[in-house]
Amino acid sequence: MARTIGDVILDLQNISLSFGGVKALTNISFNVRQGEIRSIIGPNGAGKSSMLNVINGVYHPQEGRIIFMGKERRKMNPHEAAAQGIARTFQNIALFKGMTVLDNIMTGRNLMMKRNFLWNALYWGPAQRDEIAHRKRVEEIIDFLEIQHIRKVPVGRLPYGLQKRVELARALAAEPKLLLLDEPMAGMNVEEKQDMCRFILDVNEQWGTTIVLIEHDMGVVMDISDRVVVLDYGRKIGDGLPNEVKNDPEVIKAYLGAVY
Amino acid sequence: MIYREAGQFKASYEADMQIFPIRQDRIAIAAIVLFAFVGVPLFASEYWFQAIITPALIFSLAALGLNILTGYAGQLSLGAAGFMAVGAFATYNFMLRIDGMPFLVAMVLGGVCAALVGIVFGLPSLRIKGFYLAVATLAAQFFILWVLVKFPWFSNYSASGVITAQEIVILGWTVDEPVEKYLLTLAVVTVLALAAKNLARTHTGRAWMAVRDMDVAAEVIGIPLMKTKLQAFAISSFYCGVAGALYAFTYLGTVEPEAFNLDLSFKILFMIIIGGVGTVLGSFLGAAFITLLPIFLNQLFHALFGDSLPPAFASNVELMIFGGLIIFFLIVEPHGLARLWQIGKEKLRLWPFPH
Ligand SMILES: Nc1ncnc2c1ncn2[C@@H]1O[C@H](COP(=O)(O)OP(=O)(O)OP(=O)(O)O)[C@@H](O)[C@H]1O
Ligand SMILES: [Mg+2]
Repeated sequence: MARTIGDVILDLQNISLSFGGVKALTNISFNVRQGEIRSIIGPNGAGKSSMLNVINGVYHPQEGRIIFMGKERRKMNPHEAAAQGIARTFQNIALFKGMTVLDNIMTGRNLMMKRNFLWNALYWGPAQRDEIAHRKRVEEIIDFLEIQHIRKVPVGRLPYGLQKRVELARALAAEPKLLLLDEPMAGMNVEEKQDMCRFILDVNEQWGTTIVLIEHDMGVVMDISDRVVVLDYGRKIGDGLPNEVKNDPEVIKAYLGAVY
Repeated sequence: MIYREAGQFKASYEADMQIFPIRQDRIAIAAIVLFAFVGVPLFASEYWFQAIITPALIFSLAALGLNILTGYAGQLSLGAAGFMAVGAFATYNFMLRIDGMPFLVAMVLGGVCAALVGIVFGLPSLRIKGFYLAVATLAAQFFILWVLVKFPWFSNYSASGVITAQEIVILGWTVDEPVEKYLLTLAVVTVLALAAKNLARTHTGRAWMAVRDMDVAAEVIGIPLMKTKLQAFAISSFYCGVAGALYAFTYLGTVEPEAFNLDLSFKILFMIIIGGVGTVLGSFLGAAFITLLPIFLNQLFHALFGDSLPPAFASNVELMIFGGLIIFFLIVEPHGLARLWQIGKEKLRLWPFPH
């Protein structure tokens, strides 16, 4: 299936965010187009994670406008952002440690499961049909991410790389329009990174999911991104195609110079 | 039969998602329930019904209620006995003030009252967690008893607030013999335990556990914190309320607010710590353990030392054993007896080839 990049789905305009005296983001604007992989890069503490937290309503910027799917949105909590189709993974794994892989992924579908607790207490008729129908979708995601063998394992017992994959599965289970990934490959070995790259590309290609990706590995970023935003000290210092960004003198000075 | 899954291939998600997916578990549970309904009434004496089995079942239900809130939803509570009191006194008043009110309806309404009170006292959980929330629920515990004592209307102006449970009649069947009260209690507990097990394996239970394990991630995936926490408070308090109604109606017969004091709340908390936090089975194991231990110790000391020991000795030893066990479970096995049981089963499942 050929990829098609559509219109702007998320438009961030003049976003500023500060914590007390610390300015995490200063006057940042960029947009994300339907179906693209949009990366955010920058040195440690540049404000990348803060940016994601702004997008899905964990943080509320003091200034700026957020337009998602054509609608400007005011203050919104993460749960409402999820209901609008924004899912994410975290830089530090945020799985539900006491639950199995399967249950963790099933929580990704909670928003779509509307039976109330009385039905569930009976586990009868529609409640059971619901559980089974959603389980089927979750099994497709489990197959897709190749984690069939661990579905009944409590996530706390899994190695780090697999936990990251389960977290991606949970986010995918919500069938998001916009998927935010905060360093999904951090701390992985080469093989695990390759797998993760493949999954991200497949999600994007097969399901047309729009992805915003934070990643430190420049090779990966340059390989899989459509466009890249560069942050430094809470400011945007670059934005464009991977090649443009890579050759931008200011970006090289601030960031890439240190890597290459 | 050997305990293992081998050969039991699940052909459908329906089969894989059964309440007890392993056949041996299904058989065991069915056998236990059958034995409880048919076998126990044949063997047990009146004393056993009145003093041991019926209260143990009622404590199991209260522990299950607390386990929903604390074990599944992660909200620490010291108010379980308070919610039991609401259930008991509300049921009593429904029976008293509405002519022809059937007991089971009054009991459910009593549970609903407890649920409503639970929601009110659950509101602080939207802001505070852990130790501070426990203190807030402690306030519920004291406030509820204070109200019940302060306003004699609740106990129909009886001296010292004691209420006498009305006679239970269900569709013409008068429940007054100990064995009948046991059967009624057993039926209610069985139904509610199955319901809890069902809640735990559907999205309702997953939402509770998600909030327990990591509330930020739960909210980000679309689980509303407020609704989920208050729902856990409501359902937990409903269970405690029904347990309180049974405590008054099928166990004690006459009861005063002070019977639902902080000691009882702690006792129920200890049951889930020893039995297993976040499991339905653990609620039963913990309640059985805490009810049976004193009896067992008494018998043991009697057999060992005859009547030569001071009467307080056994109860002091009992307290020391409880204290020790609670510390043991908190440190070594936070998931209690239920987890030990599960580990045993896992070993058995693979035996004799552990790898
Ligand atoms: N909740 C918070 N309270 C106070 N300061 C914060 C908070 N979150 C982020 N910051 C500050 O905002 C700045 C940007 O942090 P952020 O986590 O967004 O950086 P990052 O680009 O994701 O870095 P890294 O690559 O290390 O993950 C940092 O100075 C950080 O200390
Ligand atoms: Mg970060």
